[in-house]
Amino acid sequence: MRISLFVACYNDTLFPETGVAVTRVLERLGHTVEFPLAQTCCGQMHYNTGYHREAVPLVRRFVEMFRDAEVVCVPSASCVAMMREHYLMMAEAENDSAFLADVKSLLPRVFEFSELLANRLQTEDVGATFAHSVTYHPSCHSLRMLHVGDAPVRLLRQVRGLTLLELPKKEQCCGFGGTFAVKNADVSVAMLAEKQGCVVETGAEVVTALDNSCLMQIYGGLHRAGSAVRTMHIAEILASEGAAL
Amino acid sequence: MSVRVGKTDRAAAFPVAAKTALKNDQLRANVRRATDTIRGKRALRVEEMPDWQQLRDTASAIKAHTLRHLDEYLVEFEKNCELAGGKVHWARDADEANAIAIGLIRQYSEGNSHVEVIKVKTMTSDEVQMNVALEAAGITPIETDLADMIVQMGHDEPSHIVVPALHRNRFEVRDLFRETMHRPELTAEPEDLTGAARAYLRERFLKVKIGVSGANFAIAETGGVCVVESEGNGRMCLTMPDVLISLIGVEKVIPRFEDLEVFLQLLPRSATGERMNPYNSLWCGVHAGDGPKAFHVILLDNGRTKLLHDEMERETLECIRCGACLNACPVYRETGGHAYGSIYSGPIGAILSPQLQSLEHSRSLPYASTLCGACYEVCPVKINIPEILIHLRGRVVREDQATLGGKLAVENLAMQGAAAAFQSQRRYEAAQRLAQAGQMLFRKGDQLENLPGMAGGWTKYRDLKAIPKQSFRDWWKSRSKGASA
Repeated sequence: MRISLFVACYNDTLFPETGVAVTRVLERLGHTVEFPLAQTCCGQMHYNTGYHREAVPLVRRFVEMFRDAEVVCVPSASCVAMMREHYLMMAEAENDSAFLADVKSLLPRVFEFSELLANRLQTEDVGATFAHSVTYHPSCHSLRMLHVGDAPVRLLRQVRGLTLLELPKKEQCCGFGGTFAVKNADVSVAMLAEKQGCVVETGAEVVTALDNSCLMQIYGGLHRAGSAVRTMHIAEILASEGAAL
Repeated sequence: MSVRVGKTDRAAAFPVAAKTALKNDQLRANVRRATDTIRGKRALRVEEMPDWQQLRDTASAIKAHTLRHLDEYLVEFEKNCELAGGKVHWARDADEANAIAIGLIRQYSEGNSHVEVIKVKTMTSDEVQMNVALEAAGITPIETDLADMIVQMGHDEPSHIVVPALHRNRFEVRDLFRETMHRPELTAEPEDLTGAARAYLRERFLKVKIGVSGANFAIAETGGVCVVESEGNGRMCLTMPDVLISLIGVEKVIPRFEDLEVFLQLLPRSATGERMNPYNSLWCGVHAGDGPKAFHVILLDNGRTKLLHDEMERETLECIRCGACLNACPVYRETGGHAYGSIYSGPIGAILSPQLQSLEHSRSLPYASTLCGACYEVCPVKINIPEILIHLRGRVVREDQATLGGKLAVENLAMQGAAAAFQSQRRYEAAQRLAQAGQMLFRKGDQLENLPGMAGGWTKYRDLKAIPKQSFRDWWKSRSKGASA
């Protein structure tokens, strides 16, 4: 299948290894990956912070860029949540029937990475080997907006050598919340402390998620506390062919 | 019209108030323990309902329908309430509601210099700060809900809409009772404490002639009112006094008696994890030889009807005040209710208070959420709280942008800059390179430290990896080049 990659602006800039891993996994499975270089941002940061007017051109840009894609893969649950929760409503408010029609036609072809693999492509064994203990943090957007269910867990279970450890209070938010993390830094860090404690309690070597945004928050706390627990996007684990941490 | 929502008008912004709450370890431990317990009970009681999702849909549909025809149902309620012998008064705002209540209390206590009223737990009377108004008029309000009584005795503020004293543990309550009731022998055993409260309250139930209540539901079809509670003190206040005054927000009306069936299943399970409330009181007008001899309803607007015009804002009025969103909210869990600066705390408070009262006093509340969606998931009437928070954030931003100071604010400039960069590949890539180069000033090894401005809120408490030299797109470009070479 021809898969268009929307890598997300923060992944592109801060976590390039995620995009690399997604590309490796999809190519290893025999798919063709393309990356339209003109892509930038899905508009989530602006929209969720209240800059609704400013988010519209970004949405238009995304839709224009991927209108003709067979399938769009996004290694970020929160970007997909932005699209599924708000694009239609935003397009309706624009009073532009062509734009609205494009949004309606494109949305069913946009998938979060684990959804794409486990549900759309029906591939649970991606041929990965990762001999480490891992705990999975279901990000709020993947859990309560995308309802990805056990797709990520099904993928992780097929990884050779991997020990999956259950995260206590896993459905509780890590405290990131985009601009919340800086606007309400104190509360954000208090929430993080609890999440961090739960991660450490599992004894896992690695904590993973579908979102680098949550992982950036969890890393921030773990690293500040001097913990040896690593944060890795699920794509990196699924791309792994057994290399050491 | 002066709309008031408890203490919002003099409250600090959420991040400031939250900082204070975060320092109070005892309060946080109490809040965590209490919300964990209620959440667990709620989950059990919801799980055993096979039609829970249908009930939610039905409740939401009833509320949405009622709000679209609110004027008709309120008039119907008024007509039927008065046919049954009640009297309906209309209050535009807090001041009017309090003036009506004070007028009625004076009317029925003519000649008495010292007047007391007993109160059933009512958020609406807290919203209009009725106790403050009553005291100023020389009337002593006595809260009879155990938690409200604890809050009142401690000159405290409620921190939860269902469990107002949830931030207090039993040792704190023992100390309070020992002092207020002059009973130094009291222990912190629950039996001892409830026994003391019972004796204290019983004396007042038997003596006080006027009761003040709120309502969970007002039924248009019958003109009747419904209060659900767990302790029975409500039932005492609703049946013992000669006069009953019920202050009811206009959104509490439901069309038919039959509709109660839906809400009486959703509310107790959502609020306290009970299958049914121990006490469900329904009353309608006056009846010779039974219950109060005079019954007055004050229908309160206080900013509510202005929310009817906007579809999304209107959804807020569907709330049945169960508090499930508070118990589910990870932000509330850390701070408790006081940080919200409003009588309505937690996620529902974060959308209700800014809308009832002008945004001016509660601009920070729409941002007091990570938009994690836990509140929406548990809401028995399916209020999409995260969506409404985002909607309100939009209003805050637009209001800010309408002023010069707001236009020049760092956040606005940063957001405008980012939006402009995201609109062009060239500008976006230039911004990426600028960030990669600019970080050198803050780089220490592979970490960034002491970032300026808003980002400083991050690096103050958390580590942050430096921006990698090669972006994903750089990798992609070099790979394509390699492939074509």
